Amino acid sequence: MSISKSAYSVAGKSGKIEKHTIVVWVDNEAGVLARVVGLFSGRGYNIDSLVVAEVDKKNNLSRITIVTSGTPRVIEQIKLQLKKLIPVHKVADFPKDKTLFRELALLKVVSSEQKRKKAIKICKKYNSLILDKTNKSFVVEVTALRKEIDKLINFLQPLGLASISRTGVVAMSKGSDVFGENK
Amino acid sequence: MTGAAIVFKTLEEQGVDTIFGYPGGAVLPIYDELKNHKKIKHFLVRHEQGAGHAAEGYARSSGKPGIVLVTSGPGATNVVTALTDAYMDSIPIICITGQVPTHLIGTDAFQECDTTGITRPCTKHNWLIKDVKDLSKIMHKAFEVATSGRPGPVLVDIPKDIQFSKTKYISYKNKKQLSIKKNSLFTQKDIETTVEYFRKSSKPVIYSGGGVVNSGPEASKLLRDLVRITGFPITSTLQGLGCYPGEDNYFIGMLGMHGTFEANNAMHDCDLLINIGARFDDRITGKIDEFSPKSKKIHIDVDPSSINKIVKVDLPIVGDVTNVLKSFIRTLKKKYPNFEKSNKEKISKWWRQIDVWRDKRSLNFINSTKIIKPQHAVKRLYELTKQEDVLITTEVGQHQMWVAQYYKFNKPNQLMTSGGLGTMGYGLPAAVGVQVANPGKLVIDIAGEASVLMTMQEMSTAVQHKLPIKIFILNNEYLGMVRQWQELLHEKNYSESHTQALPDFVKLAEAYGCVGIRAKTPDELDQKIKEMIKVDRPVIFDCVVDKEENCFPMILSGKPHNQMLLGKQNEEEILDEGKTLV
Repeated sequence: MSISKSAYSVAGKSGKIEKHTIVVWVDNEAGVLARVVGLFSGRGYNIDSLVVAEVDKKNNLSRITIVTSGTPRVIEQIKLQLKKLIPVHKVADFPKDKTLFRELALLKVVSSEQKRKKAIKICKKYNSLILDKTNKSFVVEVTALRKEIDKLINFLQPLGLASISRTGVVAMSKGSDVFGENK
Repeated sequence: MTGAAIVFKTLEEQGVDTIFGYPGGAVLPIYDELKNHKKIKHFLVRHEQGAGHAAEGYARSSGKPGIVLVTSGPGATNVVTALTDAYMDSIPIICITGQVPTHLIGTDAFQECDTTGITRPCTKHNWLIKDVKDLSKIMHKAFEVATSGRPGPVLVDIPKDIQFSKTKYISYKNKKQLSIKKNSLFTQKDIETTVEYFRKSSKPVIYSGGGVVNSGPEASKLLRDLVRITGFPITSTLQGLGCYPGEDNYFIGMLGMHGTFEANNAMHDCDLLINIGARFDDRITGKIDEFSPKSKKIHIDVDPSSINKIVKVDLPIVGDVTNVLKSFIRTLKKKYPNFEKSNKEKISKWWRQIDVWRDKRSLNFINSTKIIKPQHAVKRLYELTKQEDVLITTEVGQHQMWVAQYYKFNKPNQLMTSGGLGTMGYGLPAAVGVQVANPGKLVIDIAGEASVLMTMQEMSTAVQHKLPIKIFILNNEYLGMVRQWQELLHEKNYSESHTQALPDFVKLAEAYGCVGIRAKTPDELDQKIKEMIKVDRPVIFDCVVDKEENCFPMILSGKPHNQMLLGKQNEEEILDEGKTLV
């Protein structure tokens, strides 16, 4: 048996890593994002993506959508620790099969006319919209799942893709059920 | 009313009569207002960390929240250690910090720091006041957050211009019930399931913790009732000591890294583990995979995030300990009126096993007639003070564990110690706060010479405010626990753990204007301790002890509870096993 020289116990077995989408309703006040993000960094949790915006002006509520990964125990802790934050109203874990996920990307292509034509043709296969066009470039908006946007980016890369701006995941539950009443 | 006046108005409405603090530029308007509030007494410390620990000692020994008032910048950063300490040990603290005027925030002004940013991870919540109209509401909210659920520290950062500006005071008249009541999420079914677990178990053990203290004095009474009714053995964490009488036969000692042989073996072999207000800290559990492998586990905690954080439990009960224990006892009495009798027989075999472990006498040590053994010093201190109304604080290290092992606590709120954060320098300022909350009682900080030097300046506070605290230093010239680990695990390479120059503590006491006493031999120890108790002034007691004594028993890293390393007096029995452990 190996002898540890630490004053701490050795790590035990850890569980399987799972990906979860956690939605948090918070008071839209100064420092609230720092509290949420600080909780993740301070306790060593992962953030794969994060989206935040005000969703209810009257009640001053923002909705934060966080994609995170961890063992089941860590995911459980993330939810419980988030609930302890004072400005947090509600925490929901959106199950994959009952949730709609979308990301948005703005892509700028600068290239020859021939390449741009080819690029626009590919873009049309996706849920996209040309927002800006010049005789050297165009900007396209695309709304899709993460991996589809990844695919589109791969296609556009040799066709003069010059700049990428994209959001994290936003999520909405399927069906008539509504999360988000106060806790 | 000015912002400064509103601060005091809220404090008065919340029943505060004591503040620990230190003035400075950004908090002067609040200090100026102090003269108008005769009911509130301010205790001037010598360092803001001292104010924080004093507030902790005050809170822990009185059950009321502790109040800290300090200035911006260094005032705020100095208090961070104490806030973190209070956060780890669930102590309610309201810390009010001054801040540079609003228009200077973010400009790197003199004595500016991002106080709310720095203290965000070490408080339950904090606020930067941007509008004086929010001040009274936020001050009251701060009290609610600090004292409800699992208690903890909060911080309110008030820019200097807000302290001057005027608005109406909003009273806290519609006092809502604190959410500590709302955190009872358990059902009667949970209680009934628990009672069935009780009935079926033949090897139960109760493991109680600081949550029992935090729940209030009634929780300790109920805990004693529960033990009497069930006849179950009970062990306790460091923070829970005193909730159950230390000398009672049902009490099998503290558990964990330096716990007793019987407590740790009982934890390992039990078939039912009842965690009451403890949090499966790593000093308790050791190696998680081998922690209490055969037991069903019940976990009572007011904080839902404590459940399943470290150890997966079979039955979580989220609620305040007092409420939960009341329900247990009521249901138990109703369903099984004869539980006491019928159960005694059922678990008698288990008790016989515990007695076998007890016979190991894991707290025995080889005493000396020439030199004071630190364990002996703590034992004598206990014997000579147990008749008094005594409150104990400690620093952190070997002496802290010897206190936990040899000083028998009989009441909750009797031991104040830094358990979670392990803050050397906690005990002396904490004793200041304890004495403030408990005038006339005997308050002793059982200290190590290294720890106590970290906050020694607070002796001056004790002298100024006529607080007759007793600093009982077990002086071995070493960072004892560091030295012990180096002896056992780093081939006796005592890297930087010996303090080659130390002050003469007797002369130091005199310099501070208090009394210095020194004991060098076992013969004179009792007499000197009696002398210390009699003095009605602050005392520094320099107890010169064996330099290389180790704290046993202990569980080494990565070992399960049933593989403890015992002291020299048990050496023959464990020689071979002991070798592999070290």
